[in-house]
Amino acid sequence: MIKWWKSGAPWIWFHGGAVTISMIMVFGLLMLILVRGFGAFWPHAVLETTYELPGAEPQQIIGELRRSETLTAQSMREAGVAVPDEQILVQRHLIKMGNRDVTGRDFGYFIDDFMEPWRYPKDIAVLERREWGDFYGQPLRLLEQGEVVAAGDDLWPAFEERLRRSNALFDEIRAIERGAIGNVNFRIERVRLDRRRAELNDQLTPEREAELQQRREALQAEYAVLEQRLNQLYADADRDRIVMLTAGEEEITIRLADIVKAWQPNAMSLPAKLGFYVGDFFDFIFGYPREANTEGGIFPAIFGTVAMVLVMSIIVTPFGVLAAIYLREYAKQGPLLRTIRISVYNLAGVPSIVFGVFGLGFLVYMVGGQIDQAFYPEALPAPTFGTPGLFWASLTLALLTLPVVIVSTEEGLARIPSTIRQGSLALGATKAETLWKVVVPLATPAMMTGLILAIARAAGEVAPLMLVGVVKLAPTLPIDGNFPFLHLERKIMHLGFHIYDVGFQSPHAEAAEQLVYATALILVLLIVILNLTAITIRNHLREKYRAESD
Amino acid sequence: MNMPASHPEPAPSMTAGLFDAANREVLSLQHEDIALSVEHLSLYYGADKALDDVSLSVPTKRVTAFIGPSGCGKSTLLRCFNRMNDLVDSVRIEGSIMLHGEDVYDRNTDVAELRRRVGMVFQKPNPFPKSIYENVAYGLRLQGVRTRAVLDEVVERSLKAVGLWDEVKDRLEGNAFGLSGGQQQRLVIARAIAIEPEVLLLDEPTSALDPISTAKIEQLIDELKEQFTILIVTHNMQQAGRVSDFTAYMYLGKLIEHADTMDLFTNPKEKATEDYITGRYG
Repeated sequence: MIKWWKSGAPWIWFHGGAVTISMIMVFGLLMLILVRGFGAFWPHAVLETTYELPGAEPQQIIGELRRSETLTAQSMREAGVAVPDEQILVQRHLIKMGNRDVTGRDFGYFIDDFMEPWRYPKDIAVLERREWGDFYGQPLRLLEQGEVVAAGDDLWPAFEERLRRSNALFDEIRAIERGAIGNVNFRIERVRLDRRRAELNDQLTPEREAELQQRREALQAEYAVLEQRLNQLYADADRDRIVMLTAGEEEITIRLADIVKAWQPNAMSLPAKLGFYVGDFFDFIFGYPREANTEGGIFPAIFGTVAMVLVMSIIVTPFGVLAAIYLREYAKQGPLLRTIRISVYNLAGVPSIVFGVFGLGFLVYMVGGQIDQAFYPEALPAPTFGTPGLFWASLTLALLTLPVVIVSTEEGLARIPSTIRQGSLALGATKAETLWKVVVPLATPAMMTGLILAIARAAGEVAPLMLVGVVKLAPTLPIDGNFPFLHLERKIMHLGFHIYDVGFQSPHAEAAEQLVYATALILVLLIVILNLTAITIRNHLREKYRAESD
Repeated sequence: MNMPASHPEPAPSMTAGLFDAANREVLSLQHEDIALSVEHLSLYYGADKALDDVSLSVPTKRVTAFIGPSGCGKSTLLRCFNRMNDLVDSVRIEGSIMLHGEDVYDRNTDVAELRRRVGMVFQKPNPFPKSIYENVAYGLRLQGVRTRAVLDEVVERSLKAVGLWDEVKDRLEGNAFGLSGGQQQRLVIARAIAIEPEVLLLDEPTSALDPISTAKIEQLIDELKEQFTILIVTHNMQQAGRVSDFTAYMYLGKLIEHADTMDLFTNPKEKATEDYITGRYG
């Protein structure tokens, strides 16, 4: 035994064990996110059954099984459920019943023992609505302007066709609202700002006033045309309705304009389900959120995250590289430099929320406020840069990740062999020429390493962002068709904050749970994609400058 | 130093056969055109004295070899000629070095300009992480040469001068790291002569190379002395014998002896030199 101990074999087991535990944790985390995240889009079967608690009215249920759990009968009895005395364990099911507007509760726990066998009628339909969440029920009749146009077997094909029409109309409405009307509003605001600026500069001559008035009237005319078109579209979309029968035998009429998607999961074949799944996943990625973010897609959050990380990279790379070059190549080595270096390294350990506070207090209010007074006085008192936004979020993260870039770049510079520098100097190059033509290109892989670490850190950061520019719901994307196309002052949405918001600030926690996993999955995928891109670039650079690392 | 009390005869065993053209005339510094003259040069690294009152003259378009044991200051002396020692923070220099009458250490000397006139090749091949073409063109580009035709011509001429042209002419845009060690060293020499320096400093240029590459470099040195004043530091006494016209023996920062190579090897004036070249040193 002692011999075995001395042989060093136990250490190998300890090392191996440590690695195994780490791997299990990482894979467990990824598997959980993957399974739950990808499971969110599957069209689950919808069951129908009767539920009868002892001494209560029987209740019809239509819904999706979310999960089942087994509890002790004792705990159920304490909760006031009359479980038979001889029973020890009780199984209960969480069922999503939808119809939030009709019944007031869209999730419910049901005890297995009081349920009749489950049936899966083929005609049960799920309607994903723009408001009030999903609706479960049996379709009865399709109405056009109040007249029945289809029922029975013809109903579903006719309904799907009309739903496509209403969705096309809705897309058009959205396009006008977001695109054309947004653009007109933007220009009207510009006219207002032009007028205000002229007023501030005492240049508001009657001619100028008349010209601005003319511009405003032209825009208002444009707006009136759009509005008319919009009203027309809304009227068109209002045409069709479907009558549905709920589990409680109630007839509910729903406008097709309120329906996003409809499917009959019990009637779907496996390929159809797969097709639906893929479509649903794409809608999630490219769609806009609805209903306080608990429904719909997360496109603005993905877009905001990527935009913020890119702007941060553009800020932090030159900053970090220049600082590192100074520290490593020019600064006189001594106690002062050592202090500076230690301060920079320690900056990496400052809690990120502190950066958030700094960003808000110093960058947003002081710097941003000054910028507003200097460059955007016409918009005051409404702040332009004096309020949290994309630029400040990126700049705060750039500060947060600056040490990482500095440290990696410095290490990269230190690794360049002195013979290469001397070779350049011996040919009559100045120090700056040597740096920029030979040393810095050689250190680019190290700089990329720093950037990779910075991106990984920044993309996952949430706490400081809540203070400096990330919001629950941003009305517009930071990039659009209005000059100057990139709007650094706008607020953005962010995947990390989205997870927090949907998961913990939403009124429908049960409904949001799957979205939380799905969003987490997208965030992880996004970071992986960003990192892989950077790593590919770095490997390409390394290949180019292969020999020096030997 | 363990120096035997007496030497009846210089033992020429190591140097025998070195001078296959041994019937050449013995050269004398008095008849040479002097390129570099060093006067009372002392160099300190902080408190350590690395060079101690060195005075010597380096003749134009000849090969001068510096030999001596490790740490004797020969590389340090070489680096004084193009002021590479300036890169070390704690260096202090006394005395003077004149390059064709101009003081190298004058306050007004442009160091970059000096290094253009005094090229240097290092112990380990140090090509830049660029294409073969750009490596050779580097010095010219620094001087602001942009014309493609001029660059093409200089690159070709320099590569031909080092005998590398035929080996690399089809892959001039390829990375210089793709070359072998010997090829890299010749590329580095081509890079140095592309800007046509007056003096070429070679700091143990073959110590990292195999014998065949070494032979090529030595032959190249022989050809290059038609055009350039060459100073070479070497650990290898046979090499000094093969390639140099004059040899300087240094020991502990002092210049012990400086004479025609053949003369110094066959008929050393100083006993220390004799001990070193006959292998009795140490």
